[in-house]
Amino acid sequence: MRPVIPYVTAALLFGLGVYGVLRRRNAVLVLMAVELMLNAVNLILVTADTTVRAQLPHAGQVFALFVIVLAAAEVGVGLAIVLQLYRLRASVVVDEVPLDEDAAAEPVAATVEGGR
Amino acid sequence: MTAADVLLLAFGAVAVGAGLLVVATRHLVRAGLHLVVCLGALAGMFLVLTAELVAWVQVLIYVGAVVVLLLFAVMLTRAPIGASDDLDRPGWPAALVGGGAGLGLTALLVDAFRWSRVDLPAAGTAERLGEQVFRSWVLPFEVLSVLLLAALVGAVVLARPEIGRRAEAGGPPADLGRRPPPPAQATGEPGRRTPPAPTRADEDGRR
Repeated sequence: MRPVIPYVTAALLFGLGVYGVLRRRNAVLVLMAVELMLNAVNLILVTADTTVRAQLPHAGQVFALFVIVLAAAEVGVGLAIVLQLYRLRASVVVDEVPLDEDAAAEPVAATVEGGR
Repeated sequence: MTAADVLLLAFGAVAVGAGLLVVATRHLVRAGLHLVVCLGALAGMFLVLTAELVAWVQVLIYVGAVVVLLLFAVMLTRAPIGASDDLDRPGWPAALVGGGAGLGLTALLVDAFRWSRVDLPAAGTAERLGEQVFRSWVLPFEVLSVLLLAALVGAVVLARPEIGRRAEAGGPPADLGRRPPPPAQATGEPGRRTPPAPTRADEDGRR
């Protein structure tokens, strides 16, 4: 087994995830790109488990399991936040989320054009 | 090139191609379905890399639960059916940073491992992994259970805004009506899921 193949795959997937997080405006798509990054890290961990002989056997795979659990928790809370945002603003576009305290009370119309 | 290498190359190509479609497609629902393909190909790579248990957990939790949750969110936020043009912001910086991260890591890992080969270790079956989890990694495992509980409670509090507001006001629930609420909370219990009227009109005008 040539370990460079899964390693390069993981590196490319991580780059795609970074690109997606920075590029997408829809919050659900941003979460999908985060999943891509988490899976790239999982692939690195599992591949490292086969290439590096650690003192504890299968430590990389155990870490990958932990990352999967963390990702499940993250996506649960993240989607709760996204749905709450949709309920408040009727939009899940991350550009239009008001970052200051006052903007929460004003209508969406003021921020839509400014977000472009 | 052994059979394992060929399989890894094939699964890797599928995973990267589907990942590219996830971040590039203009259809919201299709992004979720491409994510299924990408995660499935990754599960195949885990199988080839002898991580049996991780592969099946990946199929169960990612393909089975996370993607379904994401698709639920796509539908609950009334995503438009068909292509939509406003999913992306103009992104040379994103391409620069993402491409830089991906290619930089690729160069680093290629330089570290070259075309070396290793022998695959014993398979990570449920028995071996369970032994490790409950012998060497018990404390992180227990901490993870606390984290899952915290995430559960957090999601419930987020989904029911009146819980957080009551604690914040410090008063009885009857106090709710007199506080100036944000626009979406102005409507009562039945109308909670429908967005306020001016926002909707604005949203429709924007599409």
